[in-house]
Amino acid sequence: MSAQTLERPSVPRPGGGAGPRPWVTVRTAMARWGLRGTALLYLGLMIVLPTVVVVARGFGSGVSAFRDALTTPGAQEAIVLTVVLAAVTALINVVFGTELAYVLVRYRFPGRRLLSTIVDIPFAIPTLVTGVMLRALYGPISPVGAFLGRHGIQVIFAQLGILLALLFVTLPLVVRAVQPVLLELDETEEEAARVLGASRWLTFRRVVFPKLRPGIVAGGLLAFARALGEFGAVVIVSGNIIGKTLTAPVLITQLINGGKPEDAAAVATLLFGLSFVLVLVTERLLATGRKETS
Amino acid sequence: MSTPIRVEGLSKRFGEFEAVKGVTFTAEAGSITALLGPSGSGKSTVLRVIAGLDAPTSGRIWMGDEEQTFKTVQERRVGFVFQHYSLFRHMNVAQNIAFGLSVRKVPKHDQRKRVDELLELVQLSGFRDRYPDQLSGGQRQRVALARALAPRPKVLLLDEPFGALDARVRQDLRRWLDDLHRELGVTSLLVTHDQDEALELANRVVVMHEGSIEQVGSPNEIYNDPATAFVAGFVGSASVLHGHVVEGHVQFGEHRVGGAGHLEEGTEARAFVRPHDVRVFAGDRTGGSLEATVERITTLGWLSRVMLRLPDGQVLTAELPNDELEGVELGARVWVDLRRARAFQARDAVTAAIVADG
Repeated sequence: MSAQTLERPSVPRPGGGAGPRPWVTVRTAMARWGLRGTALLYLGLMIVLPTVVVVARGFGSGVSAFRDALTTPGAQEAIVLTVVLAAVTALINVVFGTELAYVLVRYRFPGRRLLSTIVDIPFAIPTLVTGVMLRALYGPISPVGAFLGRHGIQVIFAQLGILLALLFVTLPLVVRAVQPVLLELDETEEEAARVLGASRWLTFRRVVFPKLRPGIVAGGLLAFARALGEFGAVVIVSGNIIGKTLTAPVLITQLINGGKPEDAAAVATLLFGLSFVLVLVTERLLATGRKETS
Repeated sequence: MSTPIRVEGLSKRFGEFEAVKGVTFTAEAGSITALLGPSGSGKSTVLRVIAGLDAPTSGRIWMGDEEQTFKTVQERRVGFVFQHYSLFRHMNVAQNIAFGLSVRKVPKHDQRKRVDELLELVQLSGFRDRYPDQLSGGQRQRVALARALAPRPKVLLLDEPFGALDARVRQDLRRWLDDLHRELGVTSLLVTHDQDEALELANRVVVMHEGSIEQVGSPNEIYNDPATAFVAGFVGSASVLHGHVVEGHVQFGEHRVGGAGHLEEGTEARAFVRPHDVRVFAGDRTGGSLEATVERITTLGWLSRVMLRLPDGQVLTAELPNDELEGVELGARVWVDLRRARAFQARDAVTAAIVADG
C-alpha cells in the first residue's frame, strides 16, 4: 500500500472568515483547542512527566553514578532476568492464549462459558494472592512440590516459579486481545479455504493468522509489559536470591526501602530503556513482515 | 470431465429442527441443476452437506461412482461459491485464485499460468494485483468463481451466488454464467430463491419446501405444470381463487373454472391462475366469461397489471399488453376469460396461498 500524504484542503468553514457570525468561529476554535489542550496536558502530567523525572533521576548524579548504580550486586542480573522472563512469558502466552481464544470463539461445547470466566480469574484476584496460591501448590511441603523436588525440579524460590507466576498473571491479556479480532473474522473465509483443500492447520496459518496478527502482537506486548513490572506474584514465589531469582521490580523496591532512590531510578531507567527498544524492534519486525505477505 | 451428483435420502437435523427431510435427486453430468425454494427450505443445507461443510444426519452422496458420504471437505474437492464471496481479504486477486492450487502444491509456474487463464475467463485480466476491497460486488463474485474453478473441480456448487448483488448486475452475471457453463460443461448445482434465476439458468429445477422436495422437472414443467399447490404458488405469480369442486370445475359464486377433473366432487379447492392466462375485455360478454370490476391498474412498461374484483369478493390479477386496455379503466365493469387454471385440494393449498399472496 502506498504511503499517502494527507494534505488538508483549505475549505472555507461555514460562518468563518469575514462571515456574519465571527463568534461562532471563535467559540469552536476555543472548544477545539480546549479539547486538544486538556488531552495533551493530561498525557503530559500523567505519563511524560514521571518518565522524564525517573530518567533525570537515574542520570541525576552523572553518567558514572548511573554506571555505579548498575554495579550494585545483582542489578544487571536482575534486569537481564526480568527482560528474558518477560519475553519468554509473552511468547508462551501468545501461543496458548491465541489457541484458547480460538477455542472459545470457534467451538460450541458444554462449559464454554465457565471456561471463559476462568480465563478472567487472574484479572480478578490480587497478584499477591496468586503468589500465595502458587506457593501452596508448588511449595516444598505440598505433595506436588515434594514430588517435583524428588525429581530435581524446584519451582518455588527458582526462576521456574517466577515464570509460572508471570504466565498466570498475563494469560487473560492475550486471550482478550485476540478474541475480538477473531469474533470479527468471516467464518466462511475459513470454509472457503477448507473447500479448496486446505487442512485445518493450513487454513489457520494462511487465512486466520494473518488477520489475527495485530491482536496477537497487541496481546503479546501487553503481556510483556505487564510481566516486566510484575511485583506481587513474583515477590512471594521467587525468594529474591540476588543474582538468581531477584527481579528488577523487587530490586527497585529493595533499593527504595534501603534509602537509595537514585539507584532505584537508575535501574528503573535501564529497564524502561530496554523494554522500550524491544517493543520498537518487535513492531518494526512485524511491520515489515506484514508488507511481505500482503 | 464432469460428473453427476446423486443425493439419496439425505436428512439433516440441527438439534430439534429437521432442516432437510429425506431428499433424493440427481444433478446430471454437465448440466445446471437449480435447488429452488424460499429461505428456510433447506436448500443451502443440502448444498453444504454435499460439499462436506456439514455432516448429514442420514443419507448418502455420490459424485459419479464414488461415494462421498464419509469423505472430508478437503477430499471432496468441489468448487464452491459462497453468497458473500468469502474472498481472502488479505490476499490479492491472483493469490485468491491460486490458493486452491498452492494448497495442492502445484508448481509456481503452472499456478501462474492457470491464474492467467482464469483471469481471462472471468474477464478480469487487469485486476490481478487488486485486493477484494478494491473490487465491485460483481467483480468479487467473478473472482470467487475463478478461485473455485482453478483446481478444475468435477462439480461446482453455487450458494445464492448473485443474492448479494443488485438487479442489474445480477442479470449480467446470470447471462455470463450461462455462457461460461456452456464453455466448461462442469456439473453445477445452483441454490437460489429467485425463480427467474432458476428458470433461466437451469436445465432441471428441484423445488424445495420445508426440507422436502416438492417437484423435480424442467423449467417448463415447473412453470406450466406445477405438481403441487406450493409450486404453483411459489414459481411465477398466480391469483388464488377459493371454491368447491363441481363437475371437474372449481366453482366460486356463480362462476367456475376448469382443471379440477382430478379432484373429488364437492371438496374445497383452490384454483391458481397465472396473470397472463387472464383475458380482460370490455363490451359484449362471450360465453362463460366472468364479470369483474377494475380496482387498480399499474403500468409495467409495455404491459399493465390489472387488479380485478369478482362479484363474490375475490381478487384476480391480470397482466395484459397496453394496446389491449381499451375500455379497461378504473371502476369499469369488464369481462374476464380464464385461459388456464390449475386446481388443488384446499388443504394442500394453504401454504401455497400464503406464499402467493406474500
